[in-house]
Amino acid sequence: MISEIIQTLPQVLVDGLALGAVYAVVAIGYTMVYGILEFINFAHGEIFMTGAFVGTAALFLFRSAGWLGGMPGWTAYLLVFMIAMLFTGVMGVGIERVAYRPLRKAPKLISFISAIGVSFLLQDIVRFIADLRTGNFLVTGITLYGGNLKVATSSVWHVFDDAFIKTNTVIVLAAAVLLMIGLDFFVNRTKWGVAMRAVAQDRETASLMSVNVNRVIALTFFIGSALGGGTGVLFAQQYGTIDPYIGFTLGMKAFTAAVLGGIGNIRGAMFGGLLIGLIEMFASANLGIITGGSFGAEYKDVVSFLILIVVLIFKPEGLLGRAVKEKV
Amino acid sequence: MKVKKGLSLAMVTVIAAAMLAACGSSGKNGTEGAGNGGGSGSSLPVIKIASQSPLSGGSSIQGEAIKLGGQMALEERQDEFKQLGFDLQFVPYDDQGDSKKGVANAELIGADKSVLAVLGHLNSGVTIPSSVVYEKYSIPMVTPASTATEVTDRKLKAVDRIVARDDFQGPAGAEYAVKTAGAKNIFIIQDQTAYGKGLADSFQTAVKGLGATVSGYEGITVGDKDFSGVLNQVLSKKPDFIFFGGMYNEGGLIVKQAREKGITAPIMGGDAIDSSGMVDIAGDKLTDVAYSSVSTDITKSNKDWADKYTQKFKKNPENYSAYAYDAMNVILDGVKKAIGDNGGKLPSREQARDAIRATTDFQGVATKVSFDDKGDNKFAKVFIYKFDGPKYPGELISEVDPK
Repeated sequence: MISEIIQTLPQVLVDGLALGAVYAVVAIGYTMVYGILEFINFAHGEIFMTGAFVGTAALFLFRSAGWLGGMPGWTAYLLVFMIAMLFTGVMGVGIERVAYRPLRKAPKLISFISAIGVSFLLQDIVRFIADLRTGNFLVTGITLYGGNLKVATSSVWHVFDDAFIKTNTVIVLAAAVLLMIGLDFFVNRTKWGVAMRAVAQDRETASLMSVNVNRVIALTFFIGSALGGGTGVLFAQQYGTIDPYIGFTLGMKAFTAAVLGGIGNIRGAMFGGLLIGLIEMFASANLGIITGGSFGAEYKDVVSFLILIVVLIFKPEGLLGRAVKEKV
Repeated sequence: MKVKKGLSLAMVTVIAAAMLAACGSSGKNGTEGAGNGGGSGSSLPVIKIASQSPLSGGSSIQGEAIKLGGQMALEERQDEFKQLGFDLQFVPYDDQGDSKKGVANAELIGADKSVLAVLGHLNSGVTIPSSVVYEKYSIPMVTPASTATEVTDRKLKAVDRIVARDDFQGPAGAEYAVKTAGAKNIFIIQDQTAYGKGLADSFQTAVKGLGATVSGYEGITVGDKDFSGVLNQVLSKKPDFIFFGGMYNEGGLIVKQAREKGITAPIMGGDAIDSSGMVDIAGDKLTDVAYSSVSTDITKSNKDWADKYTQKFKKNPENYSAYAYDAMNVILDGVKKAIGDNGGKLPSREQARDAIRATTDFQGVATKVSFDDKGDNKFAKVFIYKFDGPKYPGELISEVDPK
């Protein structure tokens, strides 16, 4: 039993990290909005999904215009990435303007319901457009980097099997790390980052210190949504097929990751995302082996949520969060 | 402030308008069928035949094939019914592959007194609850695709099917796996649906009976996109054969991700991966994938018919198209006979139901049909195909006759 688990460990790690990186970047979107507005933007999963569709649509557009053959794969990848990020970023600002800002003085519950409304709206709009264009909302996109690398982990330790890693997985990991480092730098080292942290700490006082609160909030939504949309492109490239409902489960997992890491804490979200990805992959690969076949891979989600519950019972502020004594 | 409120209001209005437009167009879809051939404006008594299949969502390729096959058969015979003094109409419903939607549609169909029969469904999980409603209203239903044993095992008077059952398909697949492909160590993946689990279970029993070992039996969730977890288990078990009970969305991704992980073992599935969707999803990773199917490759066995279909709808027939065409003809023959028995007057639903069940030796484009007392087709065969490369349909390997 143990030998079987160890044997596949390198592969499980690789797959878990790729999935975790996706969760982590999406979790950042939740955590940023929560950190500043103290409300959960439940439409964030759908923003991620929209990003996946916009990216795929852009790729199809490139191909039908005949540009795809002419440019190197990485240019196309980068362009599509930028288009999806810009689109979802602007969309995020629009959503905030229409659905959240008019409700900012209302009780938290009201904006929460508004967010759920937006998420259903986005699902159905994307579904409608995809259905109209392709006759089927399940869309299989163009994979740019479908190649496969073999990592000879068996030469590191003979007990391990070799792991296979898609070229695209490397891109997902690299992009996620770059996005996270960039964001960390932005929030901690730039003027706008200072403004963001100031608004997070105390909106009224910040506005007295001549910080344009509305603009900072709009910027937060832009960055969070752009990150979500960009991750959507990574996801579509990684798994090939997308549908308008991928945002829901993934959004839930990413939200869990944000809470696990300590919601409002950007580094916590990254850590939580990677952790959830790894746990989920380990559970789905090994649950059957550990329980002797009575629980199978289909119970993987339960395991992630169970761990969340346990963490929240013993450390309610999350793994990297600080206990809130006063509103910071 | 007023301006800002106005702006929000304007944007909400735009969204609402967009949604209304969406509803409007889907509403149009719904009535499109009713318009078929109804344009004469004559006062002939109307006979409607409904169809239920997923026209949107994950299985819409197969669902649309069922609708179009039925539509083709019905339109060909509209004049024949006009001479009998009836206005024959086709009403397609979209069950979205969802049992709740299927049952809701079934209630609508039951309430429409001019509907005499139903063609459908695709998914057994939708057929089973919906057929309870049909039984209540005595509306006969003929399914060209649902294979779960429970569909006919309940011995409902209203339920017939023209394709083979899962407890025949599973063993036929097992025979291929063990005897033809020489599998000894088999890994089974299933999607936890009435169809997928039923098929996987009957396959499992049969391969064990043939002396092969089952080294893993795992479930997945419909709608998932990442199957690396299950496939990592496959890696550790090193099976020489993988069986998948489930639909082509997940099947295509599993094949693709398995090949990307370097799993080269042959993969086999049931009739639900008998779809060009497999090619779209798995692409050039679609190698060494066998599938049992309850449908013949119509483009080879009846090319004339397939050409006619392509010409009419500007798209290639899926295999279910031909079975939907045959099922519709079985329905129409039954209705016609019921009209005759009723002295040329509009028959009741009960009369249509009993006439359809009494079908014997009907020769269609894809299959011969005689119903037994449960509503199963005595002549239903199982076919084994194999994909090797991104081309649909796969190559026909063998035909298995009913015992």
